[in-house]
Amino acid sequence: MNPLAVEAVGLMAPGLAGWSASQAVLTGQRPYVAEPMPATMATLLPANERRRVTATIKLALHVAQEAMAQAALTPDPAPSNGRGELSVRTVFASSGGDSEILDKICVALTQPDRPVSPTHFHQSVHNTPAGYWAIATGCMEPSLSLSAYDGSLVAGLREAAALAWTDQARVLLVVYDPPMPFPLAERRQIVAPFGVALLLNPAATASRLALLRLESGASEQAADRLEDEGLERLRAGNPAARGLPLLCAIARRAAGRVILSAGADVALRVEVEP
Amino acid sequence: MAIKPLAMAACTLTNALGRGLAASRRALRDGESGLRPCDFEDAALNTWIGRVAGLEEEPLRGAFAPFDCRNNRLARLSLEQDHFGETVRQASDRYGPDRIGVFVGTSTSGIGATERAYRQRDPITGSLPATFDYRHTHNVFSVADFTRRWLDLTGVAIAISTACSSSAKAFASAWRQMRAGFCDAAVVGGVDSLCLTTLHGFNALGLTSTQPCRPWDVDRDGLNVGEGAGFTLLEWAEPGDDRVLLLGYGESSDAYHMTAAHPEGTGAALAMQQALARADVAPDQVDYVNLHGTATPLNDAAEDRAVLRVFGPDTPCSSTKGWTGHTLGAAGVTEAIFVLLCLEQGLLPGTLNTRRRDPRLGAGIVLENRKRPLRLALSNSFGFGGTNCSLLFGRGVHESACR
Repeated sequence: MNPLAVEAVGLMAPGLAGWSASQAVLTGQRPYVAEPMPATMATLLPANERRRVTATIKLALHVAQEAMAQAALTPDPAPSNGRGELSVRTVFASSGGDSEILDKICVALTQPDRPVSPTHFHQSVHNTPAGYWAIATGCMEPSLSLSAYDGSLVAGLREAAALAWTDQARVLLVVYDPPMPFPLAERRQIVAPFGVALLLNPAATASRLALLRLESGASEQAADRLEDEGLERLRAGNPAARGLPLLCAIARRAAGRVILSAGADVALRVEVEP
Repeated sequence: MAIKPLAMAACTLTNALGRGLAASRRALRDGESGLRPCDFEDAALNTWIGRVAGLEEEPLRGAFAPFDCRNNRLARLSLEQDHFGETVRQASDRYGPDRIGVFVGTSTSGIGATERAYRQRDPITGSLPATFDYRHTHNVFSVADFTRRWLDLTGVAIAISTACSSSAKAFASAWRQMRAGFCDAAVVGGVDSLCLTTLHGFNALGLTSTQPCRPWDVDRDGLNVGEGAGFTLLEWAEPGDDRVLLLGYGESSDAYHMTAAHPEGTGAALAMQQALARADVAPDQVDYVNLHGTATPLNDAAEDRAVLRVFGPDTPCSSTKGWTGHTLGAAGVTEAIFVLLCLEQGLLPGTLNTRRRDPRLGAGIVLENRKRPLRLALSNSFGFGGTNCSLLFGRGVHESACR
């Protein structure tokens, strides 16, 4: 199968505050500690929109922005509209989307006259972060938002790879999941917020962090687990974190193979080389 | 050069017009609407809806009982029509169950199950009832998971959720993933069912009409929320294929506003132009455009600008929302299959309920059904977040592209 270059990575979770700050943990030099996550800002958004967006939207936009900045594709502020053109196709993957918003709507529907907030309603769609990202960057490129429950990261990686190859264009993959609020949390445990963005290029650029080769079918082998107990708890406890073995392999800058969980009983093998 | 086309090897459709392709075919031909005054659960809203009759009495049982919710009931009902399951099983024997991908578009999946569970919370602890199953009902992936299991498929499966363009984009995703070698054929579908979230949500945004919706009408005042499910089996076209083919797709983002379409229809025009470019087709070769046409004043005006920019005023266009209402995440596949029916029957569908064309709009809107041979037709689907998708279908064309 065709290779796919990883040009940049954005990362945000408790104890993993950014790609460079996380290198020591991902390469195993330092044990994982679930330090409180710094506030994410979504500074690309116009101020009026920034006030209205949720923590989940900010998380997705933050990692997207980090990856783009790392690849020096930061938009030039255009004086006319206060935002620049940032041309990249995007794939957003999330198991459950913005559960905080869904909770608020379902609560409103139990009240007299069912006062569903129009803002909550339009933010309830699964492609809300994609919509805000396009508004923030002025980018009119295609964007897809998807879910495959616990296999969302692998599904997103496949879709992003297919998009990059067929369009011969860069693709920004953004994978995120917030913890669920009560009472939904009783039925769906997500242990901590996790967001990751990979800027992928179908051309094997020299400035890449890694080159990936995806297996076309499902792997017979079981998904990799991580040695660090805390990191493994995060991997198993948030669908967006199922890609941690891949992030560790990219950080190690050495050739290897990872098996990523693609859901309950399926997995995807990815060959990684620097 | 044109992309490699995909053939629609089998189709099925269930919506307010009835169960199966025959019900939609008949209603389209006879100009019979499936809309009715809102009678969904206890939603006391002054609007019209496109409801699928009988879903309340069709629970999922046995191994599928955990999936039981309105959305998956609708998926099941649809999958049982038109020998669709049987055709997929035969394809599964040829391709292998792990080589047929599943791509299902939905906007709200089974959120109705969560709405219900929130009304049954424990008064002391606040917990949801023990019977509530988030994963198999409300979660976005639930309907794709259900579809895959119902059809005994084991390959790639995703739920695509980009609001009202979801199941149109499922076609694009399937094309890409087949081209990339992740699967050799694809079940592409869309399922969205009535729920209080969308009814009250669109109502809160002031976007619902108190009457049957009237796309492009001078007095149009909003949309009707509908529900529906549609599925198609896609495989690579063969030379000389006389089936209906997906010839091109185009996708774009408005980058403008979360709910309002770009007033100039810039993103929508881009999606249409890309669909034409991928098929290597010129605008004047297109015989019919099935509009997104929700009948809200601003959406229709923006789409009109976009259509005029790409096609000018002469290409026949219509919106079929007056038949089904706006089936949201299922609209893309519903209207793709409407286009297939129209290509097969030589039917240029009109715009049901629309009486007086808005003089400020310039697209070549068709009000009454006409019989006319059609070869190439485009379908538009747009959604919240500024997501746009256009699909180009054709019959008896582009044989060179399949060689």
